[in-house]
Amino acid sequence: MAFRNSEGLKMKANPRDVRTGTYYMDGDIAAGYGALAAGCRFIGGYPITPSTEAAESFARIAPQSGAVFVQMEDELASVASIMGASWSGVKTMTITSGPGYSLMMEAIGLGAMMEAPFVILNIQRGGPSTGVPTKTGQADMMQSRWGSHGDYEVIAISPDSPQELFDFMIKAFNLAEKYRCPVMVMSDECVGHMSEKVVVPPAEEIELEPRRIYTGPKEEYLPFKPDQDLVPKMVKAGDGYNLYVSGASHDERGYPIIYQKGKNQSDSTARRLVDKIRLNADKIIELHEEKLDDAEVVVVSYGITSRVAVRGIELARKKGIKVGKLRLVTVWPFPDQRISELAAKVKAFVVPEINYGQVVYDVERCSHGEANVVLVPHGGAGVHDPEDILEAIEYAATEKKKIRKVIIRKTRLEKKVFGGGLK
Amino acid sequence: MESKEMAEKNVLPKDVPTMDVHPMDDVLRMDRIPHIWCPGCGIGTAVTAFAEGLKKAEIDLQKTCIVSGIGCTGRVAGYVKLDSFHTTHGRGIAFATGIQVANPDLKVIVFSGDGDIMSIGGNHFIHAARRNVNMLVICVNNFIYAMTGGQVAPTTPHAAYATTSPFGAVEPPFNIPYIADSSGAVYVARWTVLQVRRLTDSIAEALKKPGFSVIEVISPCAMYYSRINRLGDGLDMMKFYHDNTEIRHGEDTKNLDIGFQTKIIVGKFVDRERPTYMDSYNKWLSGTVKD
Amino acid sequence: MKTNTPAILTGTHTLSGNEACIEGAFAAGCRFLAAYPIMPALETIDRYLQRSSEVDATFIQMEDEISALAAVIGASWTGKKSMTITSGPGLSNMMEHLGLSVMLETPCVIIDVQRAGPSIGIPNRPGQGDVMQARWGSHGDYELIVLSPSSPQEMFDFTIKAFNFSEKYRSPVLIMADEYVAHQKGEVKIQPANKIKIEPRKYFKGEKDKYLPFKRDKNFVPRMVDIGENYKFHVTGLTHDDRGYPVMTEKCQEYNVHPLLWKILNDRDEIAEFKESNTDDAEIVIISYGASSNTAQKAMKQARELGIKVGSLKLDTVWPFPDKKITELAEKVKTLIVPEINYGQIVLEVERCSYGQANVVFVSHGETEIDNPDNLISIIKQSQKEKQVKKGIIEYRNETRRG
Repeated sequence: MAFRNSEGLKMKANPRDVRTGTYYMDGDIAAGYGALAAGCRFIGGYPITPSTEAAESFARIAPQSGAVFVQMEDELASVASIMGASWSGVKTMTITSGPGYSLMMEAIGLGAMMEAPFVILNIQRGGPSTGVPTKTGQADMMQSRWGSHGDYEVIAISPDSPQELFDFMIKAFNLAEKYRCPVMVMSDECVGHMSEKVVVPPAEEIELEPRRIYTGPKEEYLPFKPDQDLVPKMVKAGDGYNLYVSGASHDERGYPIIYQKGKNQSDSTARRLVDKIRLNADKIIELHEEKLDDAEVVVVSYGITSRVAVRGIELARKKGIKVGKLRLVTVWPFPDQRISELAAKVKAFVVPEINYGQVVYDVERCSHGEANVVLVPHGGAGVHDPEDILEAIEYAATEKKKIRKVIIRKTRLEKKVFGGGLK
Repeated sequence: MESKEMAEKNVLPKDVPTMDVHPMDDVLRMDRIPHIWCPGCGIGTAVTAFAEGLKKAEIDLQKTCIVSGIGCTGRVAGYVKLDSFHTTHGRGIAFATGIQVANPDLKVIVFSGDGDIMSIGGNHFIHAARRNVNMLVICVNNFIYAMTGGQVAPTTPHAAYATTSPFGAVEPPFNIPYIADSSGAVYVARWTVLQVRRLTDSIAEALKKPGFSVIEVISPCAMYYSRINRLGDGLDMMKFYHDNTEIRHGEDTKNLDIGFQTKIIVGKFVDRERPTYMDSYNKWLSGTVKD
Repeated sequence: MKTNTPAILTGTHTLSGNEACIEGAFAAGCRFLAAYPIMPALETIDRYLQRSSEVDATFIQMEDEISALAAVIGASWTGKKSMTITSGPGLSNMMEHLGLSVMLETPCVIIDVQRAGPSIGIPNRPGQGDVMQARWGSHGDYELIVLSPSSPQEMFDFTIKAFNFSEKYRSPVLIMADEYVAHQKGEVKIQPANKIKIEPRKYFKGEKDKYLPFKRDKNFVPRMVDIGENYKFHVTGLTHDDRGYPVMTEKCQEYNVHPLLWKILNDRDEIAEFKESNTDDAEIVIISYGASSNTAQKAMKQARELGIKVGSLKLDTVWPFPDKKITELAEKVKTLIVPEINYGQIVLEVERCSYGQANVVFVSHGETEIDNPDNLISIIKQSQKEKQVKKGIIEYRNETRRG
């Protein structure tokens, strides 16, 4: 395959996969284009609002590049099929939303254990359960980190525009190949169904991370023997390696272990799986910071909310409040260190999210009591009112006491629906 | 609590005034009419047949409940005035099994679409048939995933177009009566929405029969299936059913495949007796365990 | 509400955790189990079947865990108290229906006998790696009550507590057991029927055509009915209003979802139970739950004998997390030690609630076995030497060796 390269050198995208040009398109469709440009050769998917257009756009453009889209019978089958495809040597992903994502949890654990690189695009919607299928939400963020059982780590990135949906698909595939772990692109219905300018660059400008292939002697191959950076080299089925991969806790040969004589029992496979990401976190984490130099209040946000927050910050700056913006491009692994650093400098964090509090608890954890943490919640099926964010910033800037819990703001919507608010 | 009243004022849509003018009104949730289905859709007719069938069967409606999944047909539970459940995609049959086994006096109907029942719910379908759980499954087959915008379904005929098979469906479709028959269903029938009276009779019959019964209802989808495949609108599809369906009662279910715009064989194919799940369970309990 | 014998085996017995759990379920009034066999929870099904002829309870083995939880939700609506039992991989499969039971506000109990490892892991070794999943595993916003037993007696007691919570709050309740507690045999004292407190289901008692399935009382909990009583109700997983009909607006999302959290959070101080010992003069407190609390208790006793002022906080309820208690302790003591059989889950919550007031030490025991108290003692001694409060978690990787 075109992207085989055991030296770990970067490669360029295949011009056949890249539809260079400037478009005005939906986020979902841009994601389909991005997946193909990244070299994705197989998508096993299942239709679910609001992510279906991404699958459909890939189904349309895939045959020209020799890529395949198969609509599987459900989400469990989808994610199982992409792991199989991954082991047969291709870049692969699946596309889903909240309820489908919940069905994929067991398989995500399997993917983490088998260290199969794959990408899941989750276009979040209002939840829980069937919820509001056609409107936005950001309530799957904690689920992307903790949804499966046992210990494992994932990488989750959050785009805020159709252009980023295109770019982040490429980024996600690169991260998946580099770290051999599940990578989640946590978008939302608003960005997915938004139409904006998307520039698809020429293929030579798109850098791809090739799969790390083992090229040594066949008899010496150990599927789970890690390199320096704790990531093992991969091969594919059908090349004569007599591969054995399993979801059971295994040793370097891939064979299930229950008890290894003379060895440390507690350092099971899961230890390396979590270290692989935790010890490389500084290379993975990406943040966009604005106006933090003199900031007394920092607005921490991700996805579509970061765009709404811009308005809130504008209004606050006009009133003279020194507020800055920290946008989480990478949500998991969480930027513990950066939040901790900022907490020592600023008065408070304001965290608007389209949920009733998820990422805000990690912000609270990393601030170690040095800065107040204010949550601006939203149930879903819509985006924040910038006035709510403004008011939260105003409160955060003026609150003198150190309050030891997350201060949850009552939004205009809550007051409208419940009179004086719920409490 | 005054905020509650405020909430009701702002949040709930205004109730549509209801008048008991039609004999079917007591079986329908008239406060939710008009329904969401498109002009030219056959689901409405299927619900009519169902409502008539319920009355014809003269079963105790109090002890009857309906479970639906996700999709256009999945909305049926919301319009029928029985104890009704709108559950997750594909798991309506499992949900219904729980209801039935916990309270064997209830008659459960699973009313859902081809994608919900045969695709994601396929596994639950064959197991419930194997067990012969006492329920009636009405599967409205419009050959497509309509609610989510027209994707291919496991019943989409070979070479038909859908949004996720933009160059024609690659896979051969399921033959629903064949699967139901081979998995052990005791009553299997197929009708199109054109044959309303026969469909009503089938439903009435199946409602009175203990065991796992399946009625497949072929329906037009004017918005997606027939539009994408240039087959006209709902009425054109009904004309097609008129000219191309053949009633063959008792036909071997092996021969009931549906191709793209080919003949559709309808009728009652299977009507047999098998001990139901609760029969076997009770027998085991009293015979084996209580000794 | 009294329960009927022979469901309640009053007396003192030696039971394994798995068996005690079933006895607790019967004592609480559970009469329906739908499950899919998975190690290490197999003995529960055996016990249930063995006793089901005396108790008149129903069991069905479903084709997978997804259908098991679906069947439990359906059965619950017929008026029967229902539960399912699974382990890690099965719980992962149940996530979508967990969301459905939250949205339909259906009382049911899910017992997760945790095992080692992500994915298939090691089926017959203990682990505590599912605690975060129990809280955050399903999509969307919701709150859950999650209990963590550490002995067969607690398996019995907490199962009854779980059924009571699920009826009181009309919510699914999870019990996070683990292979160690499930297979450990211990003394279980079962009280006579009139001494066991059972929470009855909150039924609607008004006129049939005035029933609104989701109209909430002052505790934000709606009243339930059974199928087959002529209420002709409709419930859906879509965002809905009081009538149970779907309404796809921002306002209805707020109206429907926010109370789902509030009905539990309002009572969080009563629900978040824990057992505190020796914390009055403690300088170091060990915070533990489930299987690791056995090690923690032993370590605390041994440390006290050595003259070190160690206290213990054993969490009975893991979610909602006892934020206030942890903050209070962090302000009093120098160090909080958290031993877990995973790579860091509850310790993150402890770090969150300590607000940098105390050192947070994480003793990671990778899955497969229970920690050795000697290891904890040596870490306690090391922590004593720590003069300053460090930001972030201090992690000790367990190096116990066998063979």
